[in-house]
Amino acid sequence: MWQALRERHHASGLEVVTVALDVDPAEARPFIEAAHPQHPSVIDSSHVTDELFGFVNVPNGVWIDEQGMIVRPSEPAHPGRNEFTESFRSVDLDTLPPDVADILREARKIKSDPDEYAPMIADWVERGAQSRYALSADEVVRRSAPRGVDEATAAAEFEMGEWLHTQGDHASAIPHWREAHRRFPDNWTYKRQAWNFEDPVRQGHTDAYDSSWYEDIKKLGAENYYPPVVP
Amino acid sequence: MILDELAVDAGAFKRRSGWEIKPEGACKGDVCVPLPDSARRADGRLDVPVLAERLGMPLVSDDPHGVWALGPETAGGGRVLTTAEAPELELPDADGNPFKLSSLLGQKVLLVAWASW
Repeated sequence: MWQALRERHHASGLEVVTVALDVDPAEARPFIEAAHPQHPSVIDSSHVTDELFGFVNVPNGVWIDEQGMIVRPSEPAHPGRNEFTESFRSVDLDTLPPDVADILREARKIKSDPDEYAPMIADWVERGAQSRYALSADEVVRRSAPRGVDEATAAAEFEMGEWLHTQGDHASAIPHWREAHRRFPDNWTYKRQAWNFEDPVRQGHTDAYDSSWYEDIKKLGAENYYPPVVP
Repeated sequence: MILDELAVDAGAFKRRSGWEIKPEGACKGDVCVPLPDSARRADGRLDVPVLAERLGMPLVSDDPHGVWALGPETAGGGRVLTTAEAPELELPDADGNPFKLSSLLGQKVLLVAWASW
Protein backbone atom coordinates (compact mmCIF):
# COMPACT_ATOMS: atom_id res chain seq x y z
CA MET A 1 0.00 0.00 0.00
CA TRP A 2 2.98 2.31 0.59
CA GLN A 3 4.69 1.48 -2.69
CA ALA A 4 2.86 4.07 -4.79
CA LEU A 5 3.54 6.86 -2.32
CA ARG A 6 7.18 5.83 -2.13
CA GLU A 7 7.46 5.83 -5.94
CA ARG A 8 6.07 9.37 -6.11
CA HIS A 9 8.56 10.81 -3.66
CA HIS A 10 11.66 8.63 -3.62
CA ALA A 11 13.53 10.67 -6.24
CA SER A 12 12.86 13.77 -4.11
CA GLY A 13 14.56 12.23 -1.09
CA LEU A 14 11.88 10.26 0.79
CA GLU A 15 12.38 6.68 1.92
CA VAL A 16 9.61 4.58 3.41
CA VAL A 17 10.29 1.94 6.08
CA THR A 18 7.42 -0.42 6.81
CA VAL A 19 7.39 -2.17 10.18
CA ALA A 20 5.28 -5.31 10.59
CA LEU A 21 4.06 -5.62 14.19
CA ASP A 22 3.76 -9.39 13.92
CA VAL A 23 4.80 -11.73 16.72
CA ASP A 24 5.09 -14.46 14.11
CA PRO A 25 7.17 -13.22 11.14
CA ALA A 26 5.74 -16.00 8.94
CA GLU A 27 2.36 -14.24 9.12
CA ALA A 28 3.78 -11.05 7.63
CA ARG A 29 5.88 -12.72 4.95
CA PRO A 30 3.16 -13.45 2.32
CA PHE A 31 2.06 -9.79 2.39
CA ILE A 32 5.64 -8.60 1.99
CA GLU A 33 6.31 -11.04 -0.84
CA ALA A 34 3.14 -9.96 -2.65
CA ALA A 35 4.04 -6.27 -2.30
CA HIS A 36 7.66 -6.67 -3.55
CA PRO A 37 8.65 -3.54 -1.65
CA GLN A 38 11.57 -1.50 -2.98
CA HIS A 39 11.91 0.09 0.46
CA PRO A 40 13.15 -1.49 3.72
CA SER A 41 10.44 -3.72 5.14
CA VAL A 42 11.18 -5.04 8.62
CA ILE A 43 9.56 -7.25 11.25
CA ASP A 44 9.09 -6.05 14.82
CA SER A 45 7.89 -9.13 16.68
CA SER A 46 8.46 -7.63 20.17
CA HIS A 47 6.73 -4.34 19.30
CA VAL A 48 9.93 -2.43 20.08
CA THR A 49 8.63 0.43 17.92
CA ASP A 50 5.61 0.78 20.25
CA GLU A 51 8.12 1.60 23.00
CA LEU A 52 10.58 3.70 21.01
CA PHE A 53 8.19 5.59 18.74
CA GLY A 54 4.76 5.24 20.35
CA PHE A 55 2.84 3.12 17.84
CA VAL A 56 -0.52 2.05 19.31
CA ASN A 57 -2.44 0.92 16.23
CA VAL A 58 -1.95 0.32 12.53
CA PRO A 59 -1.40 2.15 10.35
CA ASN A 60 0.63 4.58 12.48
CA GLY A 61 3.48 6.69 11.14
CA VAL A 62 6.44 8.80 12.26
CA TRP A 63 8.38 11.33 10.16
CA ILE A 64 12.16 11.60 10.51
CA ASP A 65 14.19 14.28 8.72
CA GLU A 66 17.59 14.07 6.99
CA GLN A 67 19.42 14.80 10.27
CA GLY A 68 17.65 11.97 12.08
CA MET A 69 15.26 14.24 13.98
CA ILE A 70 11.64 13.19 14.42
CA VAL A 71 9.46 15.94 12.95
CA ARG A 72 6.09 14.27 13.53
CA PRO A 73 5.50 11.78 16.34
CA SER A 74 3.32 8.69 16.01
CA GLU A 75 -0.14 9.34 14.59
CA PRO A 76 -2.65 7.56 12.34
CA ALA A 77 -1.07 7.25 8.89
CA HIS A 78 -3.30 6.31 5.95
CA PRO A 79 -1.53 5.99 2.61
CA GLY A 80 -4.56 7.05 0.55
CA ARG A 81 -7.27 5.32 -1.42
CA ASN A 82 -6.47 1.86 -2.69
CA GLU A 83 -8.17 -1.29 -3.87
CA PHE A 84 -8.42 -2.71 -0.35
CA THR A 85 -10.02 0.33 1.29
CA GLU A 86 -12.45 0.78 -1.60
CA SER A 87 -13.59 -2.88 -1.64
CA PHE A 88 -14.04 -2.73 2.13
CA ARG A 89 -16.45 0.18 1.64
CA SER A 90 -18.42 -1.44 -1.18
CA VAL A 91 -18.97 -5.06 -0.05
CA ASP A 92 -22.65 -5.99 0.41
CA LEU A 93 -23.15 -6.70 4.13
CA ASP A 94 -26.21 -8.88 3.45
CA THR A 95 -23.96 -11.45 1.79
CA LEU A 96 -21.90 -11.92 4.99
CA PRO A 97 -22.54 -13.95 8.15
CA PRO A 98 -24.41 -11.65 10.57
CA ASP A 99 -21.58 -11.36 13.13
CA VAL A 100 -19.06 -10.52 10.40
CA ALA A 101 -21.49 -7.95 9.00
CA ASP A 102 -21.75 -6.39 12.49
CA ILE A 103 -17.98 -6.10 12.67
CA LEU A 104 -17.78 -4.51 9.23
CA ARG A 105 -20.62 -2.12 10.08
CA GLU A 106 -18.57 -0.84 13.02
CA ALA A 107 -15.39 -0.75 10.94
CA ARG A 108 -17.12 1.48 8.40
CA LYS A 109 -17.85 4.01 11.15
CA ILE A 110 -14.13 4.41 11.83
CA LYS A 111 -13.11 7.95 10.97
CA SER A 112 -10.11 8.20 8.70
CA ASP A 113 -9.68 10.55 5.79
CA PRO A 114 -7.79 8.75 3.01
CA ASP A 115 -7.15 12.07 1.27
CA GLU A 116 -5.54 13.82 4.22
CA TYR A 117 -2.20 12.20 5.03
CA ALA A 118 -0.58 11.72 1.62
CA PRO A 119 -0.79 15.46 0.74
CA MET A 120 0.83 16.26 4.10
CA ILE A 121 3.76 14.04 3.15
CA ALA A 122 3.98 15.60 -0.31
CA ASP A 123 4.16 19.05 1.30
CA TRP A 124 6.95 17.93 3.65
CA VAL A 125 8.93 16.34 0.82
CA GLU A 126 8.69 19.59 -1.17
CA ARG A 127 9.24 22.15 1.60
CA GLY A 128 11.23 20.25 4.22
CA ALA A 129 11.55 22.15 7.49
CA GLN A 130 9.41 24.96 5.99
CA SER A 131 6.43 22.61 5.70
CA ARG A 132 3.70 23.53 8.17
CA TYR A 133 3.48 19.83 8.99
CA ALA A 134 7.14 19.54 10.09
CA LEU A 135 7.06 20.24 13.82
CA SER A 136 9.73 21.70 16.11
CA ALA A 137 11.65 19.35 18.41
CA ASP A 138 9.78 20.67 21.46
CA GLU A 139 6.42 20.21 19.78
CA VAL A 140 7.32 16.66 18.74
CA VAL A 141 8.12 15.69 22.34
CA ARG A 142 5.06 17.53 23.64
CA ARG A 143 2.76 15.75 21.17
CA SER A 144 4.19 12.30 21.90
CA ALA A 145 1.90 10.25 24.11
CA PRO A 146 2.18 10.35 27.92
CA ARG A 147 3.73 7.19 29.34
CA GLY A 148 3.13 6.26 32.95
CA VAL A 149 3.69 3.09 34.92
CA ASP A 150 0.71 1.33 33.34
CA GLU A 151 1.74 1.96 29.73
CA ALA A 152 5.37 1.04 30.43
CA THR A 153 4.38 -2.12 32.32
CA ALA A 154 2.07 -3.11 29.48
CA ALA A 155 5.06 -2.98 27.10
CA ALA A 156 7.04 -5.31 29.37
CA GLU A 157 4.06 -7.66 29.77
CA PHE A 158 3.52 -7.76 26.02
CA GLU A 159 7.15 -8.57 25.36
CA MET A 160 7.17 -11.28 28.02
CA GLY A 161 4.14 -12.85 26.33
CA GLU A 162 5.84 -12.62 22.95
CA TRP A 163 8.94 -14.33 24.32
CA LEU A 164 6.92 -17.15 25.90
CA HIS A 165 4.86 -17.64 22.73
CA THR A 166 8.02 -17.76 20.64
CA GLN A 167 9.45 -20.37 23.03
CA GLY A 168 6.44 -22.54 22.17
CA ASP A 169 4.54 -21.86 25.40
CA HIS A 170 1.51 -19.98 24.09
CA ALA A 171 -0.64 -20.74 27.17
CA SER A 172 1.85 -18.95 29.43
CA ALA A 173 1.79 -15.89 27.15
CA ILE A 174 -1.94 -15.29 27.64
CA PRO A 175 -1.88 -14.00 31.28
CA HIS A 176 0.88 -11.54 30.34
CA TRP A 177 -1.07 -10.32 27.33
CA ARG A 178 -4.23 -9.99 29.43
CA GLU A 179 -2.28 -7.81 31.83
CA ALA A 180 -0.90 -5.72 28.93
CA HIS A 181 -4.48 -5.15 27.73
CA ARG A 182 -5.72 -4.24 31.21
CA ARG A 183 -2.97 -1.70 31.77
CA PHE A 184 -2.95 -0.10 28.32
CA PRO A 185 -6.36 -0.57 26.68
CA ASP A 186 -5.64 2.18 24.14
CA ASN A 187 -2.85 0.12 22.57
CA TRP A 188 -4.66 -1.84 19.87
CA THR A 189 -1.46 -3.52 18.67
CA TYR A 190 -1.29 -5.52 21.91
CA LYS A 191 -4.95 -6.45 21.77
CA ARG A 192 -5.38 -7.25 18.09
CA GLN A 193 -2.25 -9.39 18.01
CA ALA A 194 -3.44 -11.44 20.99
CA TRP A 195 -7.08 -11.78 19.85
CA ASN A 196 -5.87 -12.82 16.43
CA PHE A 197 -4.06 -15.88 17.77
CA GLU A 198 -7.35 -17.17 19.23
CA ASP A 199 -9.70 -16.10 16.43
CA PRO A 200 -7.98 -14.87 13.25
CA VAL A 201 -11.20 -14.23 11.35
CA ARG A 202 -13.22 -12.14 13.80
CA GLN A 203 -10.82 -11.34 16.65
CA GLY A 204 -13.90 -12.32 18.62
CA HIS A 205 -14.58 -13.15 22.25
CA THR A 206 -12.82 -16.32 23.45
CA ASP A 207 -12.06 -17.85 26.85
CA ALA A 208 -8.55 -16.37 26.68
CA TYR A 209 -9.55 -12.69 26.96
CA ASP A 210 -12.34 -10.58 28.45
CA SER A 211 -12.46 -8.49 25.32
CA SER A 212 -12.74 -8.66 21.56
CA TRP A 213 -12.41 -6.24 18.66
CA TYR A 214 -16.18 -5.85 18.35
CA GLU A 215 -16.83 -5.38 22.08
CA ASP A 216 -13.99 -2.91 22.48
CA ILE A 217 -14.90 -0.82 19.48
CA LYS A 218 -18.53 -0.64 20.60
CA LYS A 219 -17.33 0.53 24.02
CA LEU A 220 -14.93 3.12 22.61
CA GLY A 221 -17.08 4.33 19.74
CA ALA A 222 -15.76 3.52 16.27
CA GLU A 223 -15.35 7.23 15.51
CA ASN A 224 -12.66 7.38 18.25
CA TYR A 225 -10.64 4.41 16.95
CA TYR A 226 -8.15 6.71 15.25
CA PRO A 227 -7.60 10.07 16.94
CA PRO A 228 -7.80 12.96 14.47
CA VAL A 229 -4.55 13.94 12.76
CA VAL A 230 -3.70 17.44 14.03
CA PRO A 231 -1.95 19.38 11.25
CA MET B 1 13.96 -6.26 26.89
CA ILE B 2 14.04 -9.92 27.92
CA LEU B 3 16.69 -10.84 30.51
CA ASP B 4 17.66 -14.15 32.04
CA GLU B 5 19.65 -12.40 34.77
CA LEU B 6 19.41 -8.98 36.36
CA ALA B 7 22.53 -7.62 34.69
CA VAL B 8 22.92 -6.14 31.25
CA ASP B 9 25.72 -5.03 28.97
CA ALA B 10 25.67 -1.23 28.36
CA GLY B 11 25.77 -1.71 24.57
CA ALA B 12 22.79 -4.08 24.57
CA PHE B 13 20.91 -1.72 26.88
CA LYS B 14 21.49 1.21 24.54
CA ARG B 15 20.50 -0.75 21.44
CA ARG B 16 17.19 -1.77 22.94
CA SER B 17 16.21 1.24 25.08
CA GLY B 18 18.00 4.18 23.44
CA TRP B 19 19.64 5.12 26.78
CA GLU B 20 23.41 5.54 26.61
CA ILE B 21 25.53 5.18 29.75
CA LYS B 22 27.88 8.16 30.08
CA PRO B 23 29.94 9.53 32.98
CA GLU B 24 27.04 11.86 33.85
CA GLY B 25 24.48 9.06 33.95
CA ALA B 26 22.02 7.43 31.56
CA CYS B 27 21.41 9.81 28.64
CA LYS B 28 18.95 10.12 25.78
CA GLY B 29 19.31 13.26 23.65
CA ASP B 30 20.02 16.14 26.03
CA VAL B 31 18.41 14.44 29.00
CA CYS B 32 20.70 12.66 31.47
CA VAL B 33 19.52 10.81 34.57
CA PRO B 34 22.29 10.51 37.19
CA LEU B 35 23.08 6.96 38.27
CA PRO B 36 24.51 5.87 41.65
CA ASP B 37 27.78 3.95 41.74
CA SER B 38 25.78 0.82 42.46
CA ALA B 39 24.44 0.91 38.88
CA ARG B 40 27.78 -0.52 37.70
CA ARG B 41 28.58 -4.02 38.79
CA ALA B 42 32.06 -5.28 39.51
CA ASP B 43 31.97 -7.29 36.26
CA GLY B 44 31.46 -4.08 34.24
CA ARG B 45 27.83 -4.76 33.41
CA LEU B 46 24.87 -2.70 34.61
CA ASP B 47 22.70 -3.59 37.58
CA VAL B 48 19.18 -3.90 36.20
CA PRO B 49 17.14 -3.22 39.39
CA VAL B 50 19.12 0.00 39.96
CA LEU B 51 18.62 1.10 36.33
CA ALA B 52 14.94 0.18 36.49
CA GLU B 53 14.45 2.24 39.63
CA ARG B 54 16.33 5.32 38.37
CA LEU B 55 14.75 5.36 34.91
CA GLY B 56 11.29 4.32 36.06
CA MET B 57 11.38 1.14 34.01
CA PRO B 58 8.99 -1.63 35.13
CA LEU B 59 10.53 -5.03 35.64
CA VAL B 60 8.11 -7.90 35.03
CA SER B 61 9.11 -11.42 36.02
CA ASP B 62 7.93 -14.84 34.94
CA ASP B 63 9.14 -17.08 37.76
CA PRO B 64 8.42 -20.48 36.21
CA HIS B 65 10.62 -19.60 33.24
CA GLY B 66 13.20 -17.60 35.21
CA VAL B 67 13.08 -14.54 32.94
CA TRP B 68 12.40 -10.84 33.32
CA ALA B 69 11.06 -8.25 30.90
CA LEU B 70 12.34 -4.71 31.38
CA GLY B 71 9.89 -2.12 30.10
CA PRO B 72 10.56 1.36 28.68
CA GLU B 73 11.31 4.41 30.85
CA THR B 74 8.75 6.58 32.57
CA ALA B 75 11.44 9.01 33.81
CA GLY B 76 12.81 11.82 31.66
CA GLY B 77 9.53 13.64 31.02
CA GLY B 78 6.91 10.93 31.29
CA ARG B 79 6.23 10.79 27.55
CA VAL B 80 7.05 8.25 24.85
CA LEU B 81 9.65 10.64 23.43
CA THR B 82 12.26 12.10 25.78
CA THR B 83 13.89 13.80 22.82
CA ALA B 84 13.01 14.40 19.16
CA GLU B 85 16.29 12.75 18.17
CA ALA B 86 15.24 9.46 16.54
CA PRO B 87 16.59 6.47 18.44
CA GLU B 88 18.58 3.86 16.56
CA LEU B 89 16.31 1.05 15.43
CA GLU B 90 17.70 -2.32 14.45
CA LEU B 91 15.24 -4.88 13.11
CA PRO B 92 15.44 -7.80 10.68
CA ASP B 93 13.62 -8.06 7.38
CA ALA B 94 11.53 -11.15 6.59
CA ASP B 95 14.68 -13.06 5.57
CA GLY B 96 16.51 -12.14 8.76
CA ASN B 97 18.79 -9.53 7.17
CA PRO B 98 19.51 -6.72 9.63
CA PHE B 99 18.32 -3.18 8.95
CA LYS B 100 19.44 -0.05 10.78
CA LEU B 101 17.41 3.14 10.72
CA SER B 102 20.65 5.18 10.86
CA SER B 103 21.58 3.83 7.40
CA LEU B 104 18.99 6.29 6.02
CA LEU B 105 20.54 9.46 7.48
CA GLY B 106 20.50 12.12 4.76
CA GLN B 107 17.03 11.10 3.52
CA LYS B 108 13.58 11.88 4.82
CA VAL B 109 12.07 8.76 6.38
CA LEU B 110 8.45 7.78 6.80
CA LEU B 111 8.40 4.97 9.35
CA VAL B 112 5.04 3.20 9.22
CA ALA B 113 3.57 0.39 11.29
CA TRP B 114 1.33 -2.26 9.75
CA ALA B 115 0.47 -5.86 10.61
CA SER B 116 -0.99 -9.00 9.08
CA TRP B 117 -3.70 -9.18 11.76
